[in-house]
Amino acid sequence: MTGGQIIFLLVTLFTLGSGFMVVTTRNLVHAALWLVSTLFGVAVTYALLNATFLAVVQVVVYIGAIAILFIFAVMLTRKDMRDQGPQMNPNWWLGALLSVLVFVGLFLLLQGWSGLSTTVADLPVGFDSISELGNALVSPDAYVLPFEVASVLLVAALVGAVYVAFNRK
Amino acid sequence: MVPLSWYLIFAALLFSIGLFGVLSRRNAIAILLGIELMLNAVNINLAAFWRYGQDVTQMTGQVFAIIVFAVAAAEVAVGLALVISVYRRRNTVVADDINMMKW
Repeated sequence: MTGGQIIFLLVTLFTLGSGFMVVTTRNLVHAALWLVSTLFGVAVTYALLNATFLAVVQVVVYIGAIAILFIFAVMLTRKDMRDQGPQMNPNWWLGALLSVLVFVGLFLLLQGWSGLSTTVADLPVGFDSISELGNALVSPDAYVLPFEVASVLLVAALVGAVYVAFNRK
Repeated sequence: MVPLSWYLIFAALLFSIGLFGVLSRRNAIAILLGIELMLNAVNINLAAFWRYGQDVTQMTGQVFAIIVFAVAAAEVAVGLALVISVYRRRNTVVADDINMMKW
Protein backbone atom coordinates (compact mmCIF):
# COMPACT_ATOMS: atom_id res chain seq x y z
CA MET A 1 0.00 0.00 0.00
CA THR A 2 1.45 3.30 -1.01
CA GLY A 3 0.48 6.65 0.44
CA GLY A 4 -1.59 7.56 -2.60
CA GLN A 5 -3.66 4.39 -2.26
CA ILE A 6 -4.32 5.01 1.43
CA ILE A 7 -5.44 8.59 0.70
CA PHE A 8 -7.68 7.34 -2.11
CA LEU A 9 -9.29 4.73 0.15
CA LEU A 10 -9.91 7.26 2.92
CA VAL A 11 -11.52 9.71 0.47
CA THR A 12 -13.61 6.89 -1.02
CA LEU A 13 -14.84 5.72 2.37
CA PHE A 14 -15.73 9.28 3.37
CA THR A 15 -17.58 9.93 0.09
CA LEU A 16 -19.48 6.63 0.02
CA GLY A 17 -20.42 6.92 3.70
CA SER A 18 -21.80 10.41 3.18
CA GLY A 19 -23.58 9.26 0.02
CA PHE A 20 -25.20 6.44 1.97
CA MET A 21 -26.35 8.93 4.60
CA VAL A 22 -27.85 11.13 1.83
CA VAL A 23 -30.21 8.36 0.76
CA THR A 24 -31.04 7.00 4.21
CA THR A 25 -31.32 10.01 6.57
CA ARG A 26 -34.88 10.83 7.56
CA ASN A 27 -34.40 14.57 7.95
CA LEU A 28 -34.05 16.15 4.50
CA VAL A 29 -32.00 19.13 5.71
CA HIS A 30 -29.49 16.64 7.10
CA ALA A 31 -29.59 14.75 3.80
CA ALA A 32 -28.75 17.97 1.93
CA LEU A 33 -25.84 18.62 4.33
CA TRP A 34 -24.59 15.05 3.79
CA LEU A 35 -24.81 15.79 0.05
CA VAL A 36 -22.43 18.71 0.63
CA SER A 37 -19.89 16.38 2.23
CA THR A 38 -20.31 13.81 -0.58
CA LEU A 39 -19.71 16.51 -3.18
CA PHE A 40 -16.63 17.64 -1.27
CA GLY A 41 -15.30 14.08 -1.36
CA VAL A 42 -15.85 13.99 -5.12
CA ALA A 43 -13.97 17.32 -5.41
CA VAL A 44 -11.02 15.73 -3.57
CA THR A 45 -11.20 12.81 -6.02
CA TYR A 46 -10.89 15.27 -8.92
CA ALA A 47 -7.88 16.81 -7.23
CA LEU A 48 -6.32 13.33 -6.88
CA LEU A 49 -6.88 12.89 -10.63
CA ASN A 50 -5.03 16.20 -11.36
CA ALA A 51 -8.28 17.68 -12.73
CA THR A 52 -7.79 20.89 -10.75
CA PHE A 53 -10.33 22.97 -12.66
CA LEU A 54 -13.03 20.34 -12.13
CA ALA A 55 -12.24 20.25 -8.40
CA VAL A 56 -12.69 24.02 -8.06
CA VAL A 57 -15.83 24.05 -10.22
CA GLN A 58 -17.21 21.20 -8.11
CA VAL A 59 -16.82 23.27 -4.95
CA VAL A 60 -18.10 26.52 -6.49
CA VAL A 61 -21.00 25.21 -8.60
CA TYR A 62 -22.12 22.06 -6.82
CA ILE A 63 -21.53 22.97 -3.18
CA GLY A 64 -21.96 26.71 -3.59
CA ALA A 65 -25.02 26.73 -5.81
CA ILE A 66 -26.75 23.38 -6.23
CA ALA A 67 -26.56 22.18 -2.62
CA ILE A 68 -27.72 25.58 -1.35
CA LEU A 69 -30.61 25.46 -3.85
CA PHE A 70 -31.55 22.06 -2.39
CA ILE A 71 -31.55 23.44 1.15
CA PHE A 72 -33.76 26.34 0.04
CA ALA A 73 -36.19 23.96 -1.66
CA VAL A 74 -36.36 21.72 1.42
CA MET A 75 -37.14 24.70 3.62
CA LEU A 76 -39.78 26.05 1.21
CA THR A 77 -41.70 22.77 1.00
CA ARG A 78 -42.49 21.84 4.58
CA LYS A 79 -45.23 22.94 6.90
CA ASP A 80 -43.21 22.24 10.04
CA MET A 81 -39.62 21.20 10.57
CA ARG A 82 -40.46 17.66 11.71
CA ASP A 83 -40.59 14.83 9.19
CA GLN A 84 -43.51 12.63 9.98
CA GLY A 85 -44.41 9.38 8.24
CA PRO A 86 -42.06 6.95 6.53
CA GLN A 87 -39.39 8.42 4.27
CA MET A 88 -39.03 5.25 2.19
CA ASN A 89 -41.39 3.53 -0.21
CA PRO A 90 -43.12 0.40 1.13
CA ASN A 91 -41.20 -1.58 -1.51
CA TRP A 92 -37.83 0.05 -0.84
CA TRP A 93 -36.20 -3.37 -0.69
CA LEU A 94 -36.94 -3.76 -4.41
CA GLY A 95 -34.97 -0.58 -5.06
CA ALA A 96 -32.13 -1.87 -2.87
CA LEU A 97 -32.12 -5.20 -4.72
CA LEU A 98 -32.09 -3.47 -8.10
CA SER A 99 -29.21 -1.15 -7.17
CA VAL A 100 -27.17 -4.09 -5.82
CA LEU A 101 -27.87 -5.92 -9.09
CA VAL A 102 -26.77 -2.86 -11.09
CA PHE A 103 -23.53 -2.70 -9.09
CA VAL A 104 -22.87 -6.42 -9.60
CA GLY A 105 -23.58 -6.04 -13.30
CA LEU A 106 -21.19 -3.08 -13.63
CA PHE A 107 -18.55 -4.96 -11.62
CA LEU A 108 -18.78 -8.04 -13.85
CA LEU A 109 -18.69 -5.81 -16.94
CA LEU A 110 -15.52 -4.14 -15.65
CA GLN A 111 -13.94 -7.52 -14.81
CA GLY A 112 -14.13 -8.54 -18.45
CA TRP A 113 -12.43 -5.37 -19.72
CA SER A 114 -8.74 -5.55 -20.54
CA GLY A 115 -7.89 -1.87 -19.88
CA LEU A 116 -8.87 -2.17 -16.23
CA SER A 117 -5.40 -2.39 -14.69
CA THR A 118 -4.09 0.65 -16.60
CA THR A 119 -1.74 2.57 -14.37
CA VAL A 120 -1.38 6.29 -14.52
CA ALA A 121 1.30 7.90 -16.68
CA ASP A 122 3.16 10.94 -15.45
CA LEU A 123 1.93 14.28 -16.72
CA PRO A 124 4.13 15.72 -19.50
CA VAL A 125 6.67 18.29 -18.29
CA GLY A 126 5.21 21.79 -18.39
CA PHE A 127 1.69 20.49 -19.00
CA ASP A 128 -0.95 22.97 -17.88
CA SER A 129 -4.34 21.30 -17.83
CA ILE A 130 -6.26 24.52 -17.20
CA SER A 131 -4.94 26.37 -20.27
CA GLU A 132 -5.38 23.21 -22.38
CA LEU A 133 -8.98 22.99 -21.16
CA GLY A 134 -9.63 26.66 -21.87
CA ASN A 135 -8.24 26.30 -25.38
CA ALA A 136 -10.33 23.19 -25.99
CA LEU A 137 -13.51 24.98 -24.86
CA VAL A 138 -13.17 27.94 -27.24
CA SER A 139 -11.27 26.46 -30.17
CA PRO A 140 -13.36 26.00 -33.34
CA ASP A 141 -11.51 22.71 -33.97
CA ALA A 142 -12.57 21.40 -30.60
CA TYR A 143 -15.61 22.04 -28.44
CA VAL A 144 -16.84 25.59 -28.97
CA LEU A 145 -20.20 24.44 -30.33
CA PRO A 146 -21.12 22.10 -27.41
CA PHE A 147 -19.94 24.85 -25.04
CA GLU A 148 -22.30 27.41 -26.61
CA VAL A 149 -25.15 24.89 -26.71
CA ALA A 150 -24.61 24.23 -22.99
CA SER A 151 -24.84 27.95 -22.22
CA VAL A 152 -28.06 28.30 -24.25
CA LEU A 153 -29.46 25.27 -22.41
CA LEU A 154 -28.58 26.84 -19.05
CA VAL A 155 -30.29 30.14 -19.94
CA ALA A 156 -33.38 28.34 -21.23
CA ALA A 157 -33.57 26.14 -18.13
CA LEU A 158 -33.23 29.07 -15.72
CA VAL A 159 -35.85 31.16 -17.55
CA GLY A 160 -38.09 28.10 -17.54
CA ALA A 161 -37.50 27.54 -13.83
CA VAL A 162 -38.49 31.13 -13.03
CA TYR A 163 -41.61 30.76 -15.20
CA VAL A 164 -42.63 27.46 -13.59
CA ALA A 165 -42.13 28.61 -10.01
CA PHE A 166 -43.62 32.09 -10.54
CA ASN A 167 -46.62 32.75 -8.31
CA ARG A 168 -49.46 34.10 -10.49
CA LYS A 169 -52.32 35.64 -8.64
CA MET B 1 -0.25 4.27 -7.54
CA VAL B 2 -3.99 3.79 -7.77
CA PRO B 3 -5.08 1.69 -10.78
CA LEU B 4 -7.97 2.80 -12.97
CA SER B 5 -10.23 0.02 -11.67
CA TRP B 6 -10.42 1.57 -8.20
CA TYR B 7 -11.88 4.77 -9.59
CA LEU B 8 -14.35 2.86 -11.74
CA ILE B 9 -15.55 0.67 -8.86
CA PHE B 10 -15.83 3.73 -6.60
CA ALA B 11 -17.97 5.44 -9.26
CA ALA B 12 -20.10 2.30 -9.72
CA LEU B 13 -20.75 2.17 -5.94
CA LEU B 14 -21.69 5.86 -5.82
CA PHE B 15 -23.99 5.35 -8.82
CA SER B 16 -25.71 2.40 -7.11
CA ILE B 17 -26.22 4.40 -3.92
CA GLY B 18 -27.79 7.21 -5.95
CA LEU B 19 -29.98 4.73 -7.81
CA PHE B 20 -31.20 3.33 -4.49
CA GLY B 21 -32.11 6.85 -3.38
CA VAL B 22 -34.01 7.54 -6.60
CA LEU B 23 -35.94 4.28 -6.43
CA SER B 24 -36.87 4.18 -2.76
CA ARG B 25 -37.29 7.70 -1.36
CA ARG B 26 -40.81 9.14 -1.17
CA ASN B 27 -39.93 12.82 -1.11
CA ALA B 28 -39.44 14.34 -4.59
CA ILE B 29 -36.51 16.47 -3.38
CA ALA B 30 -34.79 13.37 -2.00
CA ILE B 31 -35.18 11.76 -5.44
CA LEU B 32 -33.38 14.76 -6.96
CA LEU B 33 -30.60 14.30 -4.36
CA GLY B 34 -30.17 10.72 -5.61
CA ILE B 35 -29.94 11.96 -9.20
CA GLU B 36 -27.13 14.33 -8.15
CA LEU B 37 -25.18 11.39 -6.72
CA MET B 38 -25.57 9.47 -10.00
CA LEU B 39 -24.38 12.46 -12.06
CA ASN B 40 -21.34 12.82 -9.82
CA ALA B 41 -20.48 9.14 -10.28
CA VAL B 42 -20.54 9.65 -14.06
CA ASN B 43 -18.28 12.68 -13.74
CA ILE B 44 -15.72 10.70 -11.72
CA ASN B 45 -15.59 8.18 -14.56
CA LEU B 46 -15.09 10.91 -17.16
CA ALA B 47 -12.25 12.53 -15.19
CA ALA B 48 -10.61 9.13 -14.53
CA PHE B 49 -10.72 8.18 -18.20
CA TRP B 50 -9.18 11.55 -19.09
CA ARG B 51 -6.30 11.00 -16.65
CA TYR B 52 -5.67 7.34 -17.53
CA GLY B 53 -6.21 7.75 -21.27
CA GLN B 54 -3.55 7.37 -23.95
CA ASP B 55 -3.10 11.11 -24.50
CA VAL B 56 -3.55 13.37 -21.50
CA THR B 57 -3.46 16.49 -23.72
CA GLN B 58 -6.76 15.36 -25.25
CA MET B 59 -9.24 17.26 -23.05
CA THR B 60 -12.46 15.51 -24.15
CA GLY B 61 -13.09 13.91 -20.74
CA GLN B 62 -12.86 17.18 -18.83
CA VAL B 63 -14.95 19.07 -21.41
CA PHE B 64 -17.60 16.37 -21.19
CA ALA B 65 -17.56 16.65 -17.38
CA ILE B 66 -18.06 20.43 -17.60
CA ILE B 67 -21.05 19.95 -19.92
CA VAL B 68 -22.44 17.48 -17.37
CA PHE B 69 -22.04 20.19 -14.70
CA ALA B 70 -24.09 22.61 -16.81
CA VAL B 71 -26.79 20.03 -17.49
CA ALA B 72 -26.94 19.11 -13.79
CA ALA B 73 -27.40 22.75 -12.81
CA ALA B 74 -30.18 23.16 -15.38
CA GLU B 75 -31.84 19.93 -14.22
CA VAL B 76 -31.79 20.93 -10.56
CA ALA B 77 -33.17 24.41 -11.28
CA VAL B 78 -36.10 23.08 -13.33
CA GLY B 79 -36.72 20.12 -11.00
CA LEU B 80 -36.85 22.18 -7.84
CA ALA B 81 -39.04 24.81 -9.54
CA LEU B 82 -41.47 22.03 -10.49
CA VAL B 83 -41.44 20.65 -6.93
CA ILE B 84 -42.14 24.09 -5.45
CA SER B 85 -44.91 24.72 -7.99
CA VAL B 86 -46.53 21.35 -7.22
CA TYR B 87 -46.21 22.01 -3.48
CA ARG B 88 -48.03 25.31 -3.92
CA ARG B 89 -50.97 23.66 -5.69
CA ARG B 90 -51.23 20.30 -3.93
CA ASN B 91 -49.50 20.98 -0.60
CA THR B 92 -47.38 17.82 -0.89
CA VAL B 93 -43.94 16.80 -2.13
CA VAL B 94 -44.48 13.04 -1.81
CA ALA B 95 -43.95 11.56 -5.27
CA ASP B 96 -46.74 8.99 -4.80
CA ASP B 97 -49.34 11.71 -4.17
CA ILE B 98 -48.44 13.73 -7.26
CA ASN B 99 -50.84 12.02 -9.66
CA MET B 100 -52.46 14.98 -11.40
CA MET B 101 -51.63 13.57 -14.84
CA LYS B 102 -53.07 10.15 -14.02
CA TRP B 103 -56.27 9.58 -15.95
